[in-house]
Amino acid sequence: MSEVAVVGFAQAPNVRRTPGTTNGVEMLVPVFHRLLADTGLAKQDIGFWCSGSSDYLAGRAFSFIAAVDAIGAFPPIMESHVEMDAAWALYEAWVKIRTGEAETALVYGFGKSSAGELRRIMAMQMDPYLVTPLWPDSVGVAGLQARLGIDAGLWTEADMAEVAAASRRAALSNPDAQLAGETTAEELLKQPYLADPLRAHDCAPITDGAAAIILAAGDRARDLCERPAWITGFEHRVDTPLLGARDLTTSPSTIAAAKAAGVDGVQVAELHAPFSHQEILLRQAFGLGEEVRVNPSGGVLAGHPMFAAGLVRIGAAAAEIRAGRADKALAHATSGPLLQQNLVCVLEGH
Amino acid sequence: MTISSEPLSAPLDVGFDYTRSLGPVLGRFATGLREHRIAGIRGSDGRVLVPPAEYDPVTAEKLTEFVDVGSEGVVQTWSWNATPLAGQPLQQPFAWALVKLDGADSGLLHAVDAGSPDRMSTGMRVRVRWAAEPVGSIRDIECFEPLDADPVQRDPVGGDAVTMLTTPIHLQYQHTASPEESRYLRGLAEGRLLGQRCPACGKVYIPPRGSCPTDGVPTEDEVELPDHGVVTTFCVVNVPFLGQRIKPPYVAAYILLEGADIPFQHLVLGCAADEVRMGLRVRAHWRPREQWGTTLENIDHFEPTGEPDAPYESFAQHL
Amino acid sequence: MGAQLAAVIGTGQTHHTAKRLDVSMAGLCREAIDRAMADAGTDWADIDAVVLGKAPDLFEGVMMPELFLADALGATGKPLLRVHTAGSVGGSTGNVAASLVQSGVHRRVLAVAFEKQSESNAMWALSVMPPFHMPVGAGAGGYFAPHVRSYIRRSGAPNHIGAIVAAKDRRNGALNPYAHLKQADITVESVQASKMLWDPIRYDETCPSSDGAAAVVIADEQTAKGRPAAWIHATAMRTEPTTFAGRDQVSPQAGKDAAAALWKQAGIKDPVSEVDVAEIYVPFSWFEPMWLENLGFTEEGQGWKFTEAGETAIGGRLPVNPSGGVLSSNPIGASGLLRYAEAAMQVLGRAGEHQVDGARVALGHAYGGGSQYFSLWVVGSERPGAR
Repeated sequence: MSEVAVVGFAQAPNVRRTPGTTNGVEMLVPVFHRLLADTGLAKQDIGFWCSGSSDYLAGRAFSFIAAVDAIGAFPPIMESHVEMDAAWALYEAWVKIRTGEAETALVYGFGKSSAGELRRIMAMQMDPYLVTPLWPDSVGVAGLQARLGIDAGLWTEADMAEVAAASRRAALSNPDAQLAGETTAEELLKQPYLADPLRAHDCAPITDGAAAIILAAGDRARDLCERPAWITGFEHRVDTPLLGARDLTTSPSTIAAAKAAGVDGVQVAELHAPFSHQEILLRQAFGLGEEVRVNPSGGVLAGHPMFAAGLVRIGAAAAEIRAGRADKALAHATSGPLLQQNLVCVLEGH
Repeated sequence: MTISSEPLSAPLDVGFDYTRSLGPVLGRFATGLREHRIAGIRGSDGRVLVPPAEYDPVTAEKLTEFVDVGSEGVVQTWSWNATPLAGQPLQQPFAWALVKLDGADSGLLHAVDAGSPDRMSTGMRVRVRWAAEPVGSIRDIECFEPLDADPVQRDPVGGDAVTMLTTPIHLQYQHTASPEESRYLRGLAEGRLLGQRCPACGKVYIPPRGSCPTDGVPTEDEVELPDHGVVTTFCVVNVPFLGQRIKPPYVAAYILLEGADIPFQHLVLGCAADEVRMGLRVRAHWRPREQWGTTLENIDHFEPTGEPDAPYESFAQHL
Repeated sequence: MGAQLAAVIGTGQTHHTAKRLDVSMAGLCREAIDRAMADAGTDWADIDAVVLGKAPDLFEGVMMPELFLADALGATGKPLLRVHTAGSVGGSTGNVAASLVQSGVHRRVLAVAFEKQSESNAMWALSVMPPFHMPVGAGAGGYFAPHVRSYIRRSGAPNHIGAIVAAKDRRNGALNPYAHLKQADITVESVQASKMLWDPIRYDETCPSSDGAAAVVIADEQTAKGRPAAWIHATAMRTEPTTFAGRDQVSPQAGKDAAAALWKQAGIKDPVSEVDVAEIYVPFSWFEPMWLENLGFTEEGQGWKFTEAGETAIGGRLPVNPSGGVLSSNPIGASGLLRYAEAAMQVLGRAGEHQVDGARVALGHAYGGGSQYFSLWVVGSERPGAR
C-alpha cells in the first residue's frame, strides 16, 4: 500500500459559543496558521485542499464557499468539499494523494452548532417523507438505542455514567476540551434524566469548533515530521437508514470497516461516540480489550464540534503515535442517526 | 469616535413548505394511512418492513409485495421527551418509541401519549390514535396510546390516491457578522463607509473580511471611503421571484467606491434603467437619518452624478 | 504511487422535466442508476463504492440525503461519499469517483448526481439572504448577468451571439430523448424576441429548472479492456475565492488553470483540433463563448466568432453541447455529471440522434459558485497511451 501519513493536526478550542461566523473563517484562520507553522509549510506547498461541513448546520446554502476565504486561495488551488464530517474529506484527500496528483493535502472541518437548534436540525437527516415530519430530536432518538442495550444487558446506566466520568477526567489534559473535570459515575447518576434513559452527561455538548490535518506522502512525510503517523488502513461503510430494521445495539458498518482496515493490536482508540452508550457499543463492535486506551482526548463527550469531530479523532489518534505514546492506533468517525455510517482509520508509527 | 468590533447578530429564519412527490410505494402507504390502513412491504429476506421501503436494504432491488399490518403493536424501546420541541407529534410530554405493529418485522418510530414515563415499558402493547383530519401522511397517525386509554373516535377518509406530501420546514438560526463586518455595519449606522486594507496585499476591501480571500489574513487597517464611485458593470432585473424584496425592474450594479479595490452590489436609480452604463459615475442617495441601522440599506440607491463617465481602462481590471 | 487507468463503462440519466411528480427522490435516482447499470452490464455485486453528488441540501430540504437514500443507491454495506462543490458538483462527483479507481482503492464505482428542486423553488433557494446583506441578488441569472455584460464589452461581441447559442442548444435538445426542453422550431429571432429577464440575459437564453439525475459506472482497466469504454484521459479541479480585489469574473484564473492542467495531463496541445466534441456547462447562453475562451479552444476575445461561424453546432468544427446542454436541462446537482456522461456517451457512440460522427475525444466541463469551482474531464474511445 502506498504510504500516506498524518504530519500535522491543529484544532480551535471547543467552546459552547464562538463569536465568529457560521462559515468558520474566524476559527480556521488561526488553525491554518498554526498548522502550517508547525509543519514549516506555506499554503502554496499544499497540493490538495478538502473540507467537510454542513449547510444545514450553518443555515446557509453554499456555506462552505465563504470558508475558502480562510485559505487565501489565489493562485487557484485544487480543492474539494464533502457535505459530511471532515473525516470523509480526509478520506477523499488520502485517495487523491494515492492517485499521485498531490503529495500533500490539508483537510479541514468546522461547525458552529450554537447558531441553530441542533436537536431539531439533526431530525433533517432522517427520512424526509416518513420520519422528519415527526421532528424526532436527536437526543430522544439516541435514548431509544440506549434503552435497547440496557434491556439486552449490554450496558447499564452506571456503565454509561462511567464513560462520561472518564471522558471528563481525560479531558483535563486536553487544552482544547470544552468539558473537563474530576467527577465520578456516582455523582453523575444523581442527576435527573434529560430524556429517560439519558442524562445530560450521556450526551455530547453543543460545541463550536474547527480542526485541520495535513497529510503527506512517503518521503515528504519523513521530511516534514520526525515520526509521521502512517495510515495503514482507511475504510468506511454505511448501514440502512431504516432504524427499525437494523439491530441498533451493534454497528454492522463499523464491524465491516474495522475488519477491512485491520484493527488488531491497536493500543489506543479514539471513538466518535456522541452518546455515552455508543462508546460502549463501539468498544464491543471493535472488540477492544481492557488494555486499549479509549479516548485519551476525552472524546466528543468533552467537546463535539460537528463536522470536525471525526477529523479530530483522527488527529488525536495520530497525536498519540507522533508523541510516541502508541505504535498502532485506531480512529473512528460516525455520520447519520444512531451510528448509521462509520469510518475507521488505522495509524501506525514505525 | 471609536466603533466597536463586537460581532453583530440577528435572527435568520430559513423556511419553505416543501412539496414532495411520493412515488408509487410511499404513495400507496400514504393513501392507506388516510383510510386507516397500514401497509408494510416484504423485503428480500422475508421480513415485513413498516413503514415500507422502496428499495431493499440487503439487495437494493425494488420491492413490490405489500402486506397489511395491524394498528396495534408492541413497544420495542422508548425514551421520554419531557420538553417537546416545535412540530413534534404532541405538545405535552410524551415517549418516543419503536413500535412493532402486529404482522410487521420492523419497528415504526412514533410518539406514545403515555402521560408519564412510569406508564411506559418495553413490551407494552399500544394502538394507533388516528388524527382528526387525515391527509395521507405519517401524521395521520397522531400518536400511539396505551390500550387502557379511552379510545377516541376518528374516521378514515377515502378519495383519490395520495401522491404528494407537503412538509413545512422552518428553522431558526442566529446569524453573526464577523468583527470586521460588524465595524463596517456600525460605521454605516453613522453614515460612514469603512473599508479595511489587507496587511499582506494592501488592497482595500469593502465590506471588510474576516480573512483576505487571497492571503488568508484578517483585513485590519481602517480606510474611510467616500460615498461616490463608478458603476463597473450591472444588469437590469426584470423578473419577479419568490422572496424578492425589491420590486422590478431595477438596476443591480457593482459599485466601485473611490479608493476601494473591490466593487460591491447595490441599486442604481434616479435615471432610466437603459441610461445606466459601465463607467457611470454615481453617488449614494442616503435614506433619512432616522431610518438608519447597521445595514448597507441606509443607502437607498446610487444615482448618477452627471459627471463624464470613467474611462474603461480605469475599471477594466475589476470586471 | 501513480494513477491507474479508469474508464466509464456505462451511463444513465432520467427524463428531465420541471417536476417529476411520478417518483420519490429515491425513484428519481434509481431511474438514472438502473439505466447506467444496464448500460454497463454490471450488477450490484460488481459495485465497490458509491459517490453521490448534489447541490445545497436546501433545494430538497433534506440534510445529507445520502443517508436516507443509502438503500436506494445500493450503497448499504459499502463505502458512500457525498460531494458538494456547488454547481460543479456533478463534475466533482465524476472526478472523485474516477480517483477512487485511479488510486487503486476500488475496481468499480457508481457515481450518481441528482436534484429534485421542484420540492422547493430554485430561485428562492439561490436568493436566501442572511441579515446585514443588501437584498440585491436575483438568483443565478441576476448574479451572472453583469459579468455577461462585461464579456460583451471586453470582447466587442455583437448582441445576437447569445441567441445563436440558445437556438442551437434548444434544437439539440430536441434530438435528446431525455432533455427537459425540446424546441426544434426555435430560432435566433424568436430568442431575441423573448422577454429580457436580467438585461442582457433573455428568457430563452436561460436554463430551465429541472428535476433529474445522472449516473455513470467507472471501472478499472481489467474490467474495461476488451469492451467499449470511455477511457478517462485526464481530470482537473480548481477553485478560487468568489470575490477578491482584481478578480477576473469573466474568464476566471481557476478555469484557465484547470484547463491547462487538463490538456497537459491528456497530452492535448491544440484543444480545438484534438477534441471532437465538448459538453460545457452553459446555463446562460453567453457562457458558451466565454468558456470557449477560458478553456483555451479560442484566443481571448475570439470565442464569439467561433460560435457565430456555426463551429459549435453539430457538424461544425467543435460541436458544443450536442445534448442540448444545461440550457435544455438543469437539475442543478446533476448537470455537471450529465456533461461528463454525455461526453462519455459520445466516445462510446451511444448518443443516438445527437451523436457527433467519429467522436473519439470528448470534454466534460462543470463550473459552480460564483464561477469559482471548475471540474473537468477528458474521455476517449482509446486507452490513454494507445495513440
